[in-house]
Amino acid sequence: MNSNPCIRTQELAYHYDEEIPALNGISIEIPENAYLAIVGQNGSGKTTLVKHFNGLLKPTAGQVWVYGQDTRNVPVSQLAQSVGYVFQNPDHQIFCASTREEISFGPRNLGLDIEEVRSRTEEALTTFGLVQYADFPPAMLGFGLRRKVSVAAVYAMRSQVLILDEPTAGLDWRSTSELMALTDQLHRQGHTIILVSHDMRVVAEHALQTLVMHEGRVLRYGATREVFQEAEDLQRAQIAPPQITQLARRLSSYGLPQDLLTVSEFVAAYKSLREAHS
Amino acid sequence: MAAIGIEQLHFAYPPLLPGAEPSEILRGINLAVERGEFLSLMGPTGAGKTTLCLSMNGIVPQSTGGVIRGRVNVLGHDTRSTPVADLAAHVGIVYQDPESQLFCATLEDEVAFGPENLGLAPQEIAERVAWALDVVGMSGYRMRSSTQLSGGQKQRVAIAASLAMLPEVLILDEPTAGLDPVGQFEVFSVIERLCRERRMTIIMVSQDAERIAEFSDRAAILWQGVIAAHDTPVRVFEDIRLLRQAGLAAPQVSEVAQALNRSYGTAHHFVLLAEAERELQSELAGGRGAL
Repeated sequence: MNSNPCIRTQELAYHYDEEIPALNGISIEIPENAYLAIVGQNGSGKTTLVKHFNGLLKPTAGQVWVYGQDTRNVPVSQLAQSVGYVFQNPDHQIFCASTREEISFGPRNLGLDIEEVRSRTEEALTTFGLVQYADFPPAMLGFGLRRKVSVAAVYAMRSQVLILDEPTAGLDWRSTSELMALTDQLHRQGHTIILVSHDMRVVAEHALQTLVMHEGRVLRYGATREVFQEAEDLQRAQIAPPQITQLARRLSSYGLPQDLLTVSEFVAAYKSLREAHS
Repeated sequence: MAAIGIEQLHFAYPPLLPGAEPSEILRGINLAVERGEFLSLMGPTGAGKTTLCLSMNGIVPQSTGGVIRGRVNVLGHDTRSTPVADLAAHVGIVYQDPESQLFCATLEDEVAFGPENLGLAPQEIAERVAWALDVVGMSGYRMRSSTQLSGGQKQRVAIAASLAMLPEVLILDEPTAGLDPVGQFEVFSVIERLCRERRMTIIMVSQDAERIAEFSDRAAILWQGVIAAHDTPVRVFEDIRLLRQAGLAAPQVSEVAQALNRSYGTAHHFVLLAEAERELQSELAGGRGAL
């Protein structure tokens, strides 16, 4: 990760109504090529925060810069070229008569020529395994497929920053793994990934950095492995680390490292501990 | 008699495109659920879990059309011939997206809607509304609008709206997707309590292996149109091969048990965090000599 922030906020505050701020005093930097998870309770401000990154919301107070530009001075249509946003509910985003049309909508609106739109659309259909549904109305597909269509549609825009709001909610393990493998691949290709998620297993296995939101503020922001060690803060935000991290912590008095994040890390550490004992 | 008995159920929706052949999504489902049982239903996306749920309240095939064979019996009612409105008095359903089911100005109206449509006396309606909101922990919000609630709260209101009908069978179609961990826990806890205290029969569609292991009596896997497994969570989660083939997750601790059993020939069967802690602790403690 280099130190150049692609997104920066300074004392960002946002109010939906006058009384309670949805965001309050958020000052963060998200470096280029980060793989960041934003976690926190429903209503803690996660979605409100990420909607500032593509200009869907403008700060009530404070500032947000995307690639150095103050979002108050840049139209959403322009921000959309660098920041893609996949909605939490695919149905808030799906509206075309066919999956192919749905996916080509974004690229067409970027003003690309017809050939480029077509090649991006076909590539996205293939990448997301949607070729067989290309001519179907996406609204008639099952939930998991609608979710894939919504991600593919944003993927086809080739935005440098991709925000995925609860991308794995309602997906089975295989669809989750496939979608996260694609996300990992986009990260390796240099994209900045911002993942809003309640699935701590997904966060632990994929995100390199984690930001914990609580009541409109940032409670923790750092390397995922370190953040999942902050038991008190997590509890305050009503987040539980993945089951495997909890197990490692409960067995730490026997010499197991506390900061394990995945099943394979756990099994490897447990085996070496067992073998050391024998 | 079982609360729910499904025998050789086959179902195909009407084809999406005119002239196309209907393709069968359910291909011979056999499932029996006892009264007061908490059954979790897992299955890959698109396996037909929602379709199976809708066959239990008559929406499939009465509202959807399509080709159906076999029998679905819920509390003695054949769901193909008993009108959906009559079944609704016995079978409650909570959908994945609570917003698709909430539409009134206040939560009180929302929860009263079902009982009002049963033609109950105002006093009875008021009592049911108060009770249902209390069960889901939303009593303090009765005059609020659902638009002011968090996702977990909306889902609890949707559950309350079903509860106010006092159903004997409650079907929940992935009610925790999109909820934060606390919201997920709240929903599972409320449902478990209804099951234990009121002997309500629960069918809960979920992908959350860890909570299924913790809360449900039995788990079933719907895969390729049939029930590929139906047993206690321990037995279902032991079959990692089937889970992987069907594209489903096991609790993380089950994966640990399987990996250790493969490496050391041990016989760990834990599916819960506390069980894993206990067994591995004793292995590590006793093992300082024995390992």
